[in-house]
Amino acid sequence: MRKLLIMTLLFVTTLMYAAPKYGGTLVFGRSADSISLDPSHATDGESFYGSTQVYDTLVQFKLGTTEIEPALATSWDISEDGLTYIFHLRKDVYFHSTKFFKKKVQFTANDVLFSLNRQFKEDHPFFKVGGSYKYWGFMDMSKIVKSIEKTDLYTVKITLNKKEAPFLANMAMDFASILSKDYAFSLLKDGKENRLSRYPVGTGPFVFQKWVKDDKIIYFANKDYWNGKPYLKKLILKVIPNASVRAAELKVGSIHVMDFPNPEEIAKLDADKNIKLIKQEGLNVGYLAMNIHKVPAFKDVRVRRAINYAINKEAIVDAIYAGFGKVTDSPLPPTMWGYNKNIKHYEYNPEKAKKLLAEAGYSDLKFDLWAMPVVRPYMPNARKVAEAMQADLAKVGVTTKIVSYDWGTYLDKGRKLEHDAVLLGWTGDNGDPDNFLSVLLSEHAATIPVSNRAAWKNREFSDLVAKAKTTTDIAERTRLYEEAQVIFADQAPWVTIANSIVVEAVRSNVMNFKLSPMGKRVFEKVWFDK
Amino acid sequence: MFSYIIKRLIWTIPTLFGVTLMVFSMVHLSPGDPAVAILGDKANAQSVKELRAQMGLDKPLYTQYYIYMSNIAKGDFGRSATSYEPVLEEFMDRFPATLELASLAMIFATIIGVLAGIISAIKRYSIFDYTSMFVALAGVSMPVFWLGLVLIYFFSVKLGILPVSGRLGYEFDIEHITGFYLIDSLLVKDYEAFWDTLKHLVLPAVALGTIPMAIIARMTRSSMIEVMKEEYIKTARAKGCSRFQVVVIHALRNALMPVVTIIGLMFGSLFAGSILTETTFSWPGIGKWLVNAVYQRDFPVIQSATLIIATVFIAINLIVDLLYAVINPKIRLS
Repeated sequence: MRKLLIMTLLFVTTLMYAAPKYGGTLVFGRSADSISLDPSHATDGESFYGSTQVYDTLVQFKLGTTEIEPALATSWDISEDGLTYIFHLRKDVYFHSTKFFKKKVQFTANDVLFSLNRQFKEDHPFFKVGGSYKYWGFMDMSKIVKSIEKTDLYTVKITLNKKEAPFLANMAMDFASILSKDYAFSLLKDGKENRLSRYPVGTGPFVFQKWVKDDKIIYFANKDYWNGKPYLKKLILKVIPNASVRAAELKVGSIHVMDFPNPEEIAKLDADKNIKLIKQEGLNVGYLAMNIHKVPAFKDVRVRRAINYAINKEAIVDAIYAGFGKVTDSPLPPTMWGYNKNIKHYEYNPEKAKKLLAEAGYSDLKFDLWAMPVVRPYMPNARKVAEAMQADLAKVGVTTKIVSYDWGTYLDKGRKLEHDAVLLGWTGDNGDPDNFLSVLLSEHAATIPVSNRAAWKNREFSDLVAKAKTTTDIAERTRLYEEAQVIFADQAPWVTIANSIVVEAVRSNVMNFKLSPMGKRVFEKVWFDK
Repeated sequence: MFSYIIKRLIWTIPTLFGVTLMVFSMVHLSPGDPAVAILGDKANAQSVKELRAQMGLDKPLYTQYYIYMSNIAKGDFGRSATSYEPVLEEFMDRFPATLELASLAMIFATIIGVLAGIISAIKRYSIFDYTSMFVALAGVSMPVFWLGLVLIYFFSVKLGILPVSGRLGYEFDIEHITGFYLIDSLLVKDYEAFWDTLKHLVLPAVALGTIPMAIIARMTRSSMIEVMKEEYIKTARAKGCSRFQVVVIHALRNALMPVVTIIGLMFGSLFAGSILTETTFSWPGIGKWLVNAVYQRDFPVIQSATLIIATVFIAINLIVDLLYAVINPKIRLS
């Protein structure tokens, strides 16, 4: 009887514990401010942190994964030839009504056409508003899309120029967020169209209230949110540039979620009983690309393999990523579908490296090793990585000189293939393998200005990636990408280094906060316990 | 006096012109494509081309300079290449925060610095003198970010008596009237917000004001010592003035001349924002904004903000020169 009572009590407490509670203000401490709250103009993560609270997309990534699920579109049909996408839109969704736009406007196909066509059509009245639409350009959308039309108020038809399997994932990206056409045109009428990037009106879980530049953005819960009212009453994104100061704010409880803790401070934060850590493998990869176009030695696959054997990746990740990285062999992160773990692994083997170099006739190889001047999610300290590589390479008779430029110059010169070997990395945009393999390694990305920094041209690899792009069947695409990774590992145009692990520190009473592999920060289902 | 001011104002024009030319050539001569710098590692041919066109980088340099200057003449400082917001608006969003902090820091530095300097001078070689001059030396040598973190750790985390960083607690939300929170909170009679703002100002003002305070203290001390040796001090004493009268009326007024110059110059440089203090205390001022603009090659922001700051700096120098005449009637500006 007593046992039963205890069991019942336990059951009831678990239930009580698990039931989300409404209310409270959550302050999210982050390292920098948003630059723009127009997600089609912005390119930086901090800007997307700000806009993603307000806006929805047609489809979205299921929280914590790279899977696509319905959002403003409840369903979609793809034609047999893969060229036509019909999106069926959600009805009874309304745009936010705010202090600066009091009207309550219903979401329709017109808003989808407005949001996408403004980036696409050069004669659109908003095409030149707010500067260039950078991500539309990054994703090559003008080449992919042929037309965007509405068939009725709740149906949108998008026709493509060519088969493009990642297109659907592109529609889940921030740049494809849906803005209100009525609001935008009311601004245009008053000659204030540039305010669109500063005073957002969307359909998302939080309603924008106020933005104090370099300080904070304040939001209120959208009571009528189509996916259920958010638990939090108020959300504040607060800029706290110094990571140690962010940690101090978290300790005293004046913020509840802290972005990017210092790796050295994580153990201390973990020891605090009021603080817990949330981890997520990042959708990124850090690598060293060997420029085959410029350095004759790198044309020889034996040299490229030798460099791979000569570098002790485990040691680099242990020392420099401080436990927040995982050694990798593939250009695809393990969290991505299509990732192949059964590919050639280059263990640390200086003897083998020396032998291969001797065979190739490059026993006294010399080259410049470029190190990035900035911290990126995929590489916490490129300078130190370069120094470790330099030491490893010296042991096999390869002499390297470490070179660095300011970030803009570094990228610019790299695009022109002026480097011998360059450290760089990539963070995934749309959770599609094509976004890594095609952008970073295919033949067409190897003409100047390149994004294939190794200038590696492998017909077989490129054909597999191109074929996968025009196949809509996920299983078939997976097979093609797995095969492509085998070729990549065998041919070794890069030394792949690591994928990072993103860690966030939150107050213990913050519940259901999940990190997204795409690097978004989503608060719609977060709640406070106590 | 009036013609002097006019003359000084006319002289600022070639100075400002020189500033624009220098900043323009500096940003354009530095290597690397600003469009690539702004777009980052995702840049491709199309996005770079579009941004270059938007920034006007596809035109020859002299045309770019001409467009820039003629816009300035029309009062148009351009738009930030990254946020696309008007530079002047972006500047005004942040400037009150910097000004409020700089003012508080200078008030702190001046009061403590001058007082410590006077006492050290008249009680030379006393314990107070040694202590305050040691503190002043330490103050000059201490890195601001380190001092800031120590202050935060001690007063906010350990003692819990002052907020860690920022301008105001998140439970407050005051309306933007002047942008100076101390004034805005009083205008709407929100005394709790005023008190909270003041508490938020203490640590950053102390951190930012420590170096100026140390310099002012040492300056006041040596200047006072010099002045106290003058004949007219002896005369004042001889005619029976009290010690207070001698120090404050006769000595201090003369001793303050070089101190005022220093205060003016330091205040001017604090206007440009202190990147380290602002970063440590999450202070939304112009220091960090400017540094980011340099990193991102945001040409319009770098050029126009430098011009605005140069103008403010020149204005402060002018005010300091005019103050001379007020403090010391011997100097008449002709």
